[in-house]
Amino acid sequence: MSKSAKALIPLILFLGLAALLFYGLGTDPRLVPSPLVGKPVPRFSLPALNDPGRTVSDADFEGKISLFNVWASWCVSCRAEHEELMKLSRAEKDIQILGLNWKDDSGDAARMLQMYGDPYLVSAFDPDNKVGIDWGVYGAPETFVVDSKGIIRYKHIGPIDERVWEQTLRPLIHGIETQEVKAEN
Amino acid sequence: MIPEIGHLALVVALALASVQAVFPLAGSFKNRQSWMAMARPLAWGQLTFLAVAFACLLQAFLSDDFSVVYVARNSNRLLPTVYKISAIWGAHEGSILLWALLLGGWGAAVATFSRDLPPRVVARVISVLAIVGIGFLLFMLFTSNPFERIFPAPAEGRDLNPLLQDPGLAIHPPMLYMGYVGFSVAFAFAIAALLGGKLDTAWARWSRPWTLVAWVFLTVGITLGSWWAYYELGWGGWWFWDPVENASLMPWLMGTALIHSLAVTEKRGAFKSWTVLLAIFAFSLSLLGTFLVRSGVLTSVHAFATDPGRGAFILVFLCIVIGGSLALYAWRAPEVSSGGRFDLLSRESFLLSNNLLLAAFATLVLFGTLAPLIYEAMGWGKISVGFPWFNKMFLALMPFLALFMGIGHTTRWKRDEAGRLVKELWIPFLLAIGAAIAVIRFLPVVTSRSLLVPLSLGLASWILFSHLAGLWERLRHRRDIKAMAADVGSGRSYYGMLLAHLGIAMFILGATLVSNFGSETDIRMSPGDVHETAGYRFEFEGVETVPGPNYRAAKGRFLVSRGHKRVVVLEPEKRTYFTSGQPMTEAAIDWGFTRDLYVSLGEPLGGGDWALRIYYKPYVRWIWLGGLFMALGGILALTDRRYRTRSRGVDLPAGAVAART
Repeated sequence: MSKSAKALIPLILFLGLAALLFYGLGTDPRLVPSPLVGKPVPRFSLPALNDPGRTVSDADFEGKISLFNVWASWCVSCRAEHEELMKLSRAEKDIQILGLNWKDDSGDAARMLQMYGDPYLVSAFDPDNKVGIDWGVYGAPETFVVDSKGIIRYKHIGPIDERVWEQTLRPLIHGIETQEVKAEN
Repeated sequence: MIPEIGHLALVVALALASVQAVFPLAGSFKNRQSWMAMARPLAWGQLTFLAVAFACLLQAFLSDDFSVVYVARNSNRLLPTVYKISAIWGAHEGSILLWALLLGGWGAAVATFSRDLPPRVVARVISVLAIVGIGFLLFMLFTSNPFERIFPAPAEGRDLNPLLQDPGLAIHPPMLYMGYVGFSVAFAFAIAALLGGKLDTAWARWSRPWTLVAWVFLTVGITLGSWWAYYELGWGGWWFWDPVENASLMPWLMGTALIHSLAVTEKRGAFKSWTVLLAIFAFSLSLLGTFLVRSGVLTSVHAFATDPGRGAFILVFLCIVIGGSLALYAWRAPEVSSGGRFDLLSRESFLLSNNLLLAAFATLVLFGTLAPLIYEAMGWGKISVGFPWFNKMFLALMPFLALFMGIGHTTRWKRDEAGRLVKELWIPFLLAIGAAIAVIRFLPVVTSRSLLVPLSLGLASWILFSHLAGLWERLRHRRDIKAMAADVGSGRSYYGMLLAHLGIAMFILGATLVSNFGSETDIRMSPGDVHETAGYRFEFEGVETVPGPNYRAAKGRFLVSRGHKRVVVLEPEKRTYFTSGQPMTEAAIDWGFTRDLYVSLGEPLGGGDWALRIYYKPYVRWIWLGGLFMALGGILALTDRRYRTRSRGVDLPAGAVAART
């Protein structure tokens, strides 16, 4: 390869990277809905984090509106949203919060819940991303809103704070509740 | 009123930066002395106005001016004064102001300490710095103004994130930013050299001290960050491969490669294009790091996420700066002579191999950080690259780095003989093998599964012994202690290298031992209970409630003893901050050179019982001690005579040519 062609390589590589980053900006993962929205939750069965004898499966989503929160002890943002989840688990009795403990060490994860409290009804333990892959989990934290029929209605990427809850999730869940009540009558 | 002055100061700084970006640079090509002479006063002017802006923001924090949105979001009347100051860089807008201020500071430093440089070079370097400064000022004024007001002003501020209310995190970001921003000087020198079409040894000599200072700051910054994560996040871990950590590691790796490559360029005139490229990369990765942390592209994995408008701005800016400089490189690099030739067995070869290993690892870290994005863009499905992947890559490359490190420092420039090297290094090599065997033999925990332990400890000893052999070789012809002491005085860059490399060995030792021999226990204890771990006896006395300035804490008390000797009293806390209600765990740590004892409070379990975590972390301090040694080595090398001698350029033909142009 000639010298001047070689000197172009870094520039070309950078342009590739820049294109990728522009793409990344365009497809802001907060805005693009998951392809799973509107579909039933993927079938799965995993041991529970705190009690390996118990299994957590797609059947756990039925009967109540759920927040399905993907978390890990190594994830700093998960720790940031933890307090908000604790608050929700105390205040919002109409919904259940299920956890997917993702790519984590069970000891570390259990420790985190012991230290900061456990907002989850139950956490499924998925150390190898077996179930995470099916849900299209991209990073932690992520939170899925699932209605009482087990249909995924929304996916939120990034930590949940008071603003996200008040402005996005609460109205959404309220809407789902109203729909469900209407459907029953 | 004062916030408006701050805002105005930013506008003035932008105006000055625009002049600074154009006139000195144009003057250097048109040969107008008066235009070039504007560079120094402008650099100082810019720093002055940025300092005014910074002081205004500081005043807003100290006077609890909650009509300033940024203050209202990140401060509180009850916040201790020291954290009111550090809250300035506690969130996005203020950090960018800090960036700009530090950039201004580096510019003024170049203006001050460049008396011996040709005016043409100074003018170009300062103009390039101004171009970068313009980007940051525009970014601040259009998307992230720290002086934005809110009416009516809230009565009370929201308080600084409790995680950031900590002395370690108060100084960590400025250190890190000094490093990031410092690479802008190496970058500016590289661009100035490319613009002038002259990449010579003089350019490398001018860049070296600046690059080294930036590298020292970055090293200290990363070390502090890791230490903070260890004691504040409360998991007892010290590195998480979080994108934000990766963002600081990548420029560090490139910067490390750069300081070595600059040495070759200065001493041997070789690797010129590669060195320029590394200078561009080191700074580009600093910018990219800022972009990744601030833009929201990797929002899913970190909490700093902001709006996409900011992301788009930084990305365009990145394209101009990085794309522009790489285009300049593509244009100019082919004219650069390849410089000094060297044999396969030479110091150049070993430095080049380590350069490539460092660059390769930086690239892998970049890939790992961006992998989710790449996979999505290519439609390959979802992937997330986590902890194990990074560890695997690290462990695949680093042994080679350590191995070569032990040879490179004592190899001769240009050409060496295998026989001579063997003669010098066979003893250290055998000692290292001996150390590895001793580890297998005497450390009972080692099983065949974790051969990594003897390998890493063997490599750490290899670095240690081979450097001692090199030192012996250097000193054995000195007559007496006095002559040896004189050598330390005259060869500071050598001794700096020695310290920094020993720092690497210490880091390897600490990381290996703590990862393989540490213990972590979770336990329920009632007051009066006793727990034993690793020969230490922890007696739990109970928990009481104590008040703090802006929080209330539950404080536990542990008597720790070993045998019949009292070691320490540990008092871990669990704090609840008034404003946010967020709980924070403050672990109690008894530190030591050979081990840390670490206790933190979990949840109260009723009846005075608590869930507790007791850690035993052997040699964990050596990780940060290693970092500090690297930084100290850098500082020592900086005081080397070569950087203080004023007229050395004269006896070097290449430097003399550059000085005349």
